[in-house]
Amino acid sequence: MKSLNVIEIAKIVVGILLVIGSLLSLLSTYGLLRLPDIYNRSHAATKAATLGIMSILVGAFIFFYFVDGLISAKLLLGIVFVFITAPVGGHLIARAAYRTQVPLWEKTIKDDLKRDDLKRDKRMTKKLKKAAENQ
Amino acid sequence: MAVQVLLNFLLAFIWMFLNQSWDPVTFILGYIIGLGLIYFLHRFLQGPFYFKRVIAIVSLILLFIKELILSSISVIKLILRPNMDFRPGIFALPTDLKSDWEITLLASLITLTPGTLTLEVSPKGDTLYIHAMDLPDTQEAISQIKNSFERAIKEVTR
Repeated sequence: MKSLNVIEIAKIVVGILLVIGSLLSLLSTYGLLRLPDIYNRSHAATKAATLGIMSILVGAFIFFYFVDGLISAKLLLGIVFVFITAPVGGHLIARAAYRTQVPLWEKTIKDDLKRDDLKRDKRMTKKLKKAAENQ
Repeated sequence: MAVQVLLNFLLAFIWMFLNQSWDPVTFILGYIIGLGLIYFLHRFLQGPFYFKRVIAIVSLILLFIKELILSSISVIKLILRPNMDFRPGIFALPTDLKSDWEITLLASLITLTPGTLTLEVSPKGDTLYIHAMDLPDTQEAISQIKNSFERAIKEVTR
């Protein structure tokens, strides 16, 4: 049987983790409303929200372990899955937005991807022209 | 590497047989003793000592978590700033990582670092296109971080 003190300390840690997690989720939602374009919004959605969800899950895990004496492997797996999939989801959404020509914010100062894409397109059209001339 | 891990498990099982006790404590003790034996004999086996790579993986995971916390703090600072005066931008980062696995790992590490998001990997796989939230004052720090990530990933995979 665990002593009462350990449970009390664990409860304090759980409380802090839950408050931090919900604050992070709230702030990242505020960022979704406030930031100007989809790319900056996905910054807020991938990072702060991931950390928020992870700290809530860690808090739940600690609570169940110290108060009920239960090791919940599902919570651990959930943490790992969120950690692995959140950056990939953010990357895919931003990439799909870029490929469907969603405009960047007007204060954006640099766009290397556009420059390199244009170069590649020019090269491809040259190649196609050459191939057409050869035939 | 896989051979060394299997050999270590085998040594732990042999230790359990020798002791005739079948509990996890004996297994872990046997595993540690096997680890020492493999450390002394790894020049007869293929590849470097596998536990170095395990340490590299653990330190990479710790780096991942540290960067996630730092990046959340920096993103929240930007969100709570009263005026929107940051300058986002997309920049190209050449990389010398080769396999798909390494590039995927680098891309998701970059996505979780402060203020950067991987937008696209070039078809050849030698350049990453990264959207940075505040380009001017982070570019140099970002390239430094990239170098440390690339080195950590290389230590794991090579």
